[in-house]
Amino acid sequence: MSMTPFRYARPMALRDALADLTEHPEARVLAGGMSLLPLMKMDLAAPERLIDLGRVQELQGITETPDGIRIGAMTRHFELASDEVVGRCAPIVAQAAAHVGDPQVRHRGTIGGSLAHADPAADLPAAMLAADAVIEAASADGSRMIPAADFFVGPLVTELRPGEMLVAVRIPMLQGRRQHYEKVPHPASGYAVVGVAISLAVAGGVVQEARIGVTGVAGHAYRAHAAERALEGEGLNPGVIAKASSLAAEGEEILGDAVYASAEYRRHLLQVTLSRALQRVS
Amino acid sequence: MAVVGQSVPRREDGRLITGRGHYTADVVRPGQLYAVMLRSPHAHARIRSVETGPARSQSGVRAVYTGRDVRERIAPIPTAWIPPGSDLAITEHPALAVDTVRYVGDAVAMVVADSLEAARAARNLIEVDYEVLPAVVSVTDAVREDAPRVHEGVPGNVALHWRAGADVDEAFRTAEVTVHRTIVQQRLIPNPMEPRAAVAEYDPGFESLTLWATSQNPHIHRLLVSTVLGMPEHRVRVIAQDVGGGFGSKIACYPDEVLVAFAARDLRRPVKWVEDRQEHFVATTHGRDHVEEVELAGRRDGTITAIRVKALANLGAYLSTAAPGVPTILFGLVVTGAYDIPQASVEVMGLYTNTTPVDAYRGAGRPEATFLIERLVDAFAAEIGMDPIALRRKNLLRDEQFPYTNAFSITYDSGRYQTALDLALHTLDVPRFREEQEAARLEGRLIGLGVTTYVEMCGLGPSEVAGAVGFQGGLWEHALVRVLPTGKVMVMTGISPHGQGEETTFAQIVAERLGCPLEDIEVIHGDTDQVSMGWGTYGSRSTAVGGGALNMALDRVIDKAGRIAAHALEAAVEDLTFEGGRFAVRGVPDRSLTFPEVALKAHLAWSMPAGVEPGLEAQASYDPANFTYPFGTHAAVVEVDRETGEVKVLRYIAVDDCGPLINPMIVEGQVRGGIVQGIGQALWEGAVYDETGQLLSGSLMDYALPKARFLPPIEVFHTETPSPHNPLGVKGVGETGTIAATPTVVNAVLDALSPLHIKDLEMPFTPERVWRAIRDAEKGAGAR
Repeated sequence: MSMTPFRYARPMALRDALADLTEHPEARVLAGGMSLLPLMKMDLAAPERLIDLGRVQELQGITETPDGIRIGAMTRHFELASDEVVGRCAPIVAQAAAHVGDPQVRHRGTIGGSLAHADPAADLPAAMLAADAVIEAASADGSRMIPAADFFVGPLVTELRPGEMLVAVRIPMLQGRRQHYEKVPHPASGYAVVGVAISLAVAGGVVQEARIGVTGVAGHAYRAHAAERALEGEGLNPGVIAKASSLAAEGEEILGDAVYASAEYRRHLLQVTLSRALQRVS
Repeated sequence: MAVVGQSVPRREDGRLITGRGHYTADVVRPGQLYAVMLRSPHAHARIRSVETGPARSQSGVRAVYTGRDVRERIAPIPTAWIPPGSDLAITEHPALAVDTVRYVGDAVAMVVADSLEAARAARNLIEVDYEVLPAVVSVTDAVREDAPRVHEGVPGNVALHWRAGADVDEAFRTAEVTVHRTIVQQRLIPNPMEPRAAVAEYDPGFESLTLWATSQNPHIHRLLVSTVLGMPEHRVRVIAQDVGGGFGSKIACYPDEVLVAFAARDLRRPVKWVEDRQEHFVATTHGRDHVEEVELAGRRDGTITAIRVKALANLGAYLSTAAPGVPTILFGLVVTGAYDIPQASVEVMGLYTNTTPVDAYRGAGRPEATFLIERLVDAFAAEIGMDPIALRRKNLLRDEQFPYTNAFSITYDSGRYQTALDLALHTLDVPRFREEQEAARLEGRLIGLGVTTYVEMCGLGPSEVAGAVGFQGGLWEHALVRVLPTGKVMVMTGISPHGQGEETTFAQIVAERLGCPLEDIEVIHGDTDQVSMGWGTYGSRSTAVGGGALNMALDRVIDKAGRIAAHALEAAVEDLTFEGGRFAVRGVPDRSLTFPEVALKAHLAWSMPAGVEPGLEAQASYDPANFTYPFGTHAAVVEVDRETGEVKVLRYIAVDDCGPLINPMIVEGQVRGGIVQGIGQALWEGAVYDETGQLLSGSLMDYALPKARFLPPIEVFHTETPSPHNPLGVKGVGETGTIAATPTVVNAVLDALSPLHIKDLEMPFTPERVWRAIRDAEKGAGAR
């Protein structure tokens, strides 16, 4: 397959990348290329300019911070899944990253690319919501912090503005929390038919705080607030789990497709999947 | 040491897995141009106009062809199977649509340009004004009285109406037990690893054309392409060196390769076209797609007495090359399966629809036949409260019944069906499984067992029969064995392997007979200028028929070499032995000549026996006396997730009998691959169209091919019952897996669901379908 011709820039510094994006707001930012390049090959996207972030040093690397970790946008899924710091401080992120695509995709695809692409069935958005991550966005004018809960707006739509790019993700320390990512993959695409990421603070057998990120079933990944509230202040017993699971879709428009899974089935599957995730950590 | 029977590593793999193969897409010719097709986005529409001006004027664009441009210069694409008595309604299939498009993917124009990018960009500039017409998508739509017509001249959209067998109404009227099922054989999309491709080069000096193409049968392509283009057959060379799988989808002669060849001749420049995966989904033939009403009649003691089948087969928008034979001859004549069923009747309506043409897909008709009889046998067992395995055993053909002629006058060559069944059951340990199943059910878990006993008609086939059933070709096969002066051997075979490994197995046959090392043998195929004739690779025919021809040619080479050796050794031919590559005088082992020594003598010809020509080369054409009939028993254990409806295959056991194994590793590879594809149909695969004829499952993101992680290790076993009429005794094994696996897994799932009284489900058994069935059953149970 071939693509429509385009201009290609490969800046070496973040400053240059941001300047390029300011100058060419119609440009698309290229990270691992695991979503954008297939779209271009299928003629579903035909950007006139690509800004390749592959050589931008500032976007690489995982660092521990006083209150958690900071993950550079160009960090590959494979690194997330196997990195010692991520595994210790944010296991839910490592676990979700291990579910992305296949080994080839995990070695190319990046956390920044996946989140900025905002596929409604991607794995990492659910983990970001459960982790209560903060997205660091930068433009030529400076940077700002966007809570993950506000970041995902619609299918392939995020809170990023024109001229802005995702440069890092900040994850608060999750050590000690009970967390798990439960996924039902689509047999063809491998994307989540349903994906549920949970992160619970439990003390004395009682859930102090619950965060549940859901992907695959709606126009974008979302926090299942009603289900979270049903858990908080309760023990993880079958009755509570059943109650919370039944609220997983509360307030959301669940979407279906005509080939594999209808909205009705996804709604059911979401309930089963959340229930299984909760049983897993109970 | 014997070479035949050894799991020799595949000799072709070295080049294929290191990127040194010669696939069509690898062909680069000096000055080549690139072609792309503009395809219809509508399932059914009138073409009001095609505006190509802006596309033609783009830089780098060499030509833009529309249906009107080529109509007088390219004859319609033909079909090559006309089943007698089927009233086949042959309609014109233009290489490019002229007035009407009839499926999403129907080609409307071809752009040829200096680069692929230029061709694609120009394609975007072509404006087609369509008047969208109502579409016919499914067979049930097609037979409606008010259905739109796909072809104006074909009332009722009936492409063919075919019957076989006898009147069974009386048998059904008087039967103690009858069972009926409606079976939907969903449409499948072949998806070989390599999509289709074609490169054509015209030589104006010789007025000849070379066509590199993804073909399972280059000689058939030579015949059809030369005919359609009006070129003499001897001026057309078709090359299909390495082909990355086909599963039947590369048998057909498509418009695309004809158009590429036409453009190369018209423009006097090489032209290359490579299908992309998206295009493959709509532009390459699909498989299966039946709706069937099937019935079995019998007695309460489990004796099956009659079968009645009425099938509607979706043929798509045009008749593809072998399409009319697939749901008729290759399906209808074997619906009695491995059982002794005295009375049978089959009626098939083949229908035109506004969908991609349907043709052979791995198994081609026989999986559909096996599926229905295996479903019916389980249904019959349930109806009379008999164990389905016991019911099979009761009706299976017994060893002493072979050769056995079925109700459609098809004669099964040989078989030990009960032996294969016993081996599978022994491996499985059925009593223990039933205990486990009972225990699981008490815990609320749903596990099930499916057992299929099957027979396949393959090794296509006797040419006289091919003619009698309307196949517009022969089904014999040709081989040439050329021994060079150094004793090295070249084999030219008319089969055209595209993943089946005959470069290895045929070399093994030669090594075994001539006693030479495998390294001394080259197997050449897939080139009409190198191989004099052949009918290709499909219908599990390559080793059964092509191997037969090779064996005959080897007989002739050995015979001639023996006469030359006898002359040189001053002995009578009858006094010679030929073992381990050495001709020796019986009882005088030191008076001997090696095969290469004889080969050299044959070529030097300094002293030849009277009446023997110089050289050492022989060819043979083998026309088999019958088809071959591999058989076996497959068994699967599955678990259904009661909450999600997901099916997990826990165990899969295959016992196949394809006669003697030339290369057990290759046979196992064929068996495993076939099984995975068969399970794919049961659980995951299925083309989904919407009511306007748009293919919703149009990519590998939506259409689920099985992945290795979906399945447990497959346990493969063999029994070996030679075919009595085939020189090597071999029976063919390329399709057995797809034939047996689908009903095996489906029956296992329905066994798992039997406590819920779920009798039937439509394939593929997606989690949602299974979940709905469970939910409905539980609701129903609650309501009772």
